[in-house]
Amino acid sequence: MEKCMARPSAPPLPASRRRHLGPALPAMARPAAPPAPGPPRSAPPGAVALHPPRFAPLRPPRGRPALPGPPRPERCRGRARQRAPGVARDRRGGAAGGTGNGRRGTGPAGGAAGGTRERPAGTGPAGRGRGRDPGTAGPHRGDVTAPRGGAARPRSRGAAGPAGGAAGGARAAWRSGRVSAGPAPVHGDRLRDTGTGPGTRPGRAHAPIILGGNPEGAAPVPAGPQAPELSREEKLQLRKEKKQQKKKKRSEKGPSTESAELCAPPEAGQPRAAAQPTSPPASADGPGDSEKPAGGKSKAELRAERRAKQEAERAQKQARKAELSQAATTAKPRQSPTEPQSLVKRLPEHVQVDDPAAQRKLAKKLERQQVPLRQDYGTKVNLFSHLHQYSRKKPLTQQMSIPSTVIHPAVVRLGLQYSQGIINGSNARCIALLEVFKQLIRDYTTPPNEELSRDLVAKLKPHISFLNQCRPLSASMGNAIKFLKKEISCLPDTLREDEAKEKLQDVIDKYLREKIVLAAEAISRSAFEKINDHDVILVYGCSSLVNRTLCDAHAKKGHAFRVIVVDSRPRLEGRETLRRLVRRGIHCTYVMINAISYVLPEVSKVLLGAHALLANGSVMSRVGTSQIALVSKAYNVPVLVCCETYKFCERVQTDSFVSNELDDPDDLIVLRKGQAQLGGWAENKSLRLLNLVYDVTPPDLVDLVITDLGMIPCTSVPVVLRVKNVDQ
Amino acid sequence: MSTEDLIETFRAQLRDDPDVASAVAAIRALLGFLRQDRGETIQGLRNSLRDAIDTLSRVDSSVAVSSGGELFLRFISLTSLEYSDYSKCKEIMIERGEIFLTKVSLSRNKIAKLCHPFIRDGARILTHAYSRVVLRVLEAAVESKKRFSVFVTESQPDEAGQKMAKALRKLNIPVTVILDAAVGYIMEKVDLVLVGAEGVVESGGIINKIGTNQIAVCAKAQNKPFYVVAESFKFVRLFPLNQQDVPDRFKYKADTLKTGQNLTEEHPWIDYTSPSLITLLFTDLGVLTPSAVSDELIKLYL
Repeated sequence: MEKCMARPSAPPLPASRRRHLGPALPAMARPAAPPAPGPPRSAPPGAVALHPPRFAPLRPPRGRPALPGPPRPERCRGRARQRAPGVARDRRGGAAGGTGNGRRGTGPAGGAAGGTRERPAGTGPAGRGRGRDPGTAGPHRGDVTAPRGGAARPRSRGAAGPAGGAAGGARAAWRSGRVSAGPAPVHGDRLRDTGTGPGTRPGRAHAPIILGGNPEGAAPVPAGPQAPELSREEKLQLRKEKKQQKKKKRSEKGPSTESAELCAPPEAGQPRAAAQPTSPPASADGPGDSEKPAGGKSKAELRAERRAKQEAERAQKQARKAELSQAATTAKPRQSPTEPQSLVKRLPEHVQVDDPAAQRKLAKKLERQQVPLRQDYGTKVNLFSHLHQYSRKKPLTQQMSIPSTVIHPAVVRLGLQYSQGIINGSNARCIALLEVFKQLIRDYTTPPNEELSRDLVAKLKPHISFLNQCRPLSASMGNAIKFLKKEISCLPDTLREDEAKEKLQDVIDKYLREKIVLAAEAISRSAFEKINDHDVILVYGCSSLVNRTLCDAHAKKGHAFRVIVVDSRPRLEGRETLRRLVRRGIHCTYVMINAISYVLPEVSKVLLGAHALLANGSVMSRVGTSQIALVSKAYNVPVLVCCETYKFCERVQTDSFVSNELDDPDDLIVLRKGQAQLGGWAENKSLRLLNLVYDVTPPDLVDLVITDLGMIPCTSVPVVLRVKNVDQ
Repeated sequence: MSTEDLIETFRAQLRDDPDVASAVAAIRALLGFLRQDRGETIQGLRNSLRDAIDTLSRVDSSVAVSSGGELFLRFISLTSLEYSDYSKCKEIMIERGEIFLTKVSLSRNKIAKLCHPFIRDGARILTHAYSRVVLRVLEAAVESKKRFSVFVTESQPDEAGQKMAKALRKLNIPVTVILDAAVGYIMEKVDLVLVGAEGVVESGGIINKIGTNQIAVCAKAQNKPFYVVAESFKFVRLFPLNQQDVPDRFKYKADTLKTGQNLTEEHPWIDYTSPSLITLLFTDLGVLTPSAVSDELIKLYL
């Protein structure tokens, strides 16, 4: 994810700016636009031919749905058994996390369908969920519910009990449906989202289609080495086609019988049901469409134009690529399509919130992973419209329940702790993450017919997206995840499952010990050399590393250095620092950040922590750090940054705008004289609050970075990264 | 080889060849020490070499001696020593030591070759104190038929500038000796500043004869390029933040430190010039910006 913005070659433009580049090429857009509506109309014959493989690229991981009958139930049972204890724990975890209420409250609705991601209203969907249950996965239901009930009973026998039981059944059913029938449930969800599905029994309606589609979808696979390329091209074409259909739909408004005809003549008996599978993308952005059906006419047109242009470009590129690959050796038919893809650096979703396409993609991904999407909160300052802004009062789990079959309860708890700010700070977050992942690995059992190294990585993905929804991942977490994924996928096949799990636990422990604990010790030692008698050291905020360094230096030398703790609103983390230092008997002064120019003349060193060190030497840290470094430079006070090498990041950032985090703007509200200042900010249209979390300090304001490898200037970050990459 | 022998070898090296850098002399002495070492293990050898470096740096407080020694030790052990036979390992280490010595001896010429194109015809150069590398660079510039004039600071308290002026006159370069206090006055007439260094620290800054920092500040103020010529054996793993942060063992002469008198009365012999004041560093590894120094050091030590 970080690589997406790596190196100056791909300067991370904010999405808004990127989009402004769009209209700069109207000349291309115009000619491309007219033919756009064309293809679908002339498509039918071609579309029919293309239709079946459409499903093939949609579910590459489930590429073997052509599994013979017997293994299927087995697999389902395996999963159900594996999940069952997890579900039971889920409730416990939820209660421990202090959100038990929220979870239980939404329990019935959410539980009604690990699949219905809809307003908790209708009993319809719930009923449907249950109804589907016996049909598709009846036999396994007992498996699931029995141990659950047993475990759940002593805890809380409220409304959650039975509802959860039903939910579990539904989930299992859903699960099995998913395993055997590919994307069916996803489609089902979408159908329900659009609310157009009168009488659509998603699971059933799709099952025949998909199962029927399977053999055809699987057909290209045995075709040999050229198959992937073919399917990719087709996929592209299909995507194009889909978009055009969507466009047409939008212009016509309402369900088009034409499209139904167009894509599914074989299932003419159920024109509606058949039409649906083609519509998922359309319905995926359904909410957006339904929200502003009439108002966004011109916008829609604009969008269509943009899309047409993109398509034209893509088609051009494709043509060029095809030419190239043909001109080049035919010996490597596989490589040519993949190469250009690796060159394209994609921006991570969390910095293109203002790009509807990216958001749709994200929503789609989350839906696939069954992770709820968190809604943005309040209006944002224009410059930061590309970032997420969440409300602490609306945690992810309150809106809907999270299927514990997908998300481990410990991860749910962790996510809540992140989003509530209970676990805060780069190191703490990373340590908590790894501890939870250890638990996750402990509780993991490889389903039959799966490989641990592959399946576990896939299992981690929804967890990571969930945590990312709770709060954007820190650089430290990103690096730890990257490391863990690599370790998992490098596990030798020969290991037994318990051995592999053991090994992973050890590896995580080692990472925690070496990269965090021992690194902190090394840094503390190096920093000790730089702390002299009668120094006055200025620190800002609360960095575990800086605190440790100061405490160690105090304990080791016991001599007189003084600390000035600078703090800032709204987090007031400096108080924690103050508490820790004063407890050790270190002489401290506490000032707010407004007063630093007053205290700096007496300061001899500034010691700062860091969230991440970027490849151009910039230091990303708590907002305010940059200001302190700037004023320190003006007063000619050396600025030292303490940072472990595991927080080094390959990203390049020159300002704090491109990638940052917005905290809950409500934090800025002050209670004064019993009155909440700024309380009604949301109602005021001309008022926006900005609660930034990080800022970026340019490298020339930092004199020295103390890392576990020793002391380096911050311009040497890329060298350390390079050396590290060679090592790994 | 006893400590006395080691010191004696080192001093003899300096006596016999006054043109040799103290670090090179130290490396030669260390190589002799390595040859005569009668240890049984590699670890033991490393430890005794460390002690030897320590001894030498106590004889000569220059940064280059300790940095050269460290790099020598690093270079000879930066190879696979997975032989069961100790004598074989030692052989390899001695071999590598000799390679290092030849590399070090050649570095000055390499720097001269890299640096002299930066001296244009008709240039006016300001230099500070006595530096053999600067001398070699200017010699190379003369050899390539460039005409230029040099201002040399007198460089109190040992008047090393006079020695430099004498050496330059021998090369037929027009030279003016100026007062240390006249640096600000002369700076506007100067095209570039060229100084040597006793040590190059990790930040890319240099440690050099006292007075270098003020020249760098003046040059920065008037936007004159400030070039440093230094061999790579002068790179030292040290990261001073400011003048106070430079260790005392480098700041004062070894003899002064031995007396144990109050150092506040004593004048320091070196100062620290921060990387932001330096334009380029010419080393045998190539022409480096200050930030690249740390990169080279990381490559060596990590």
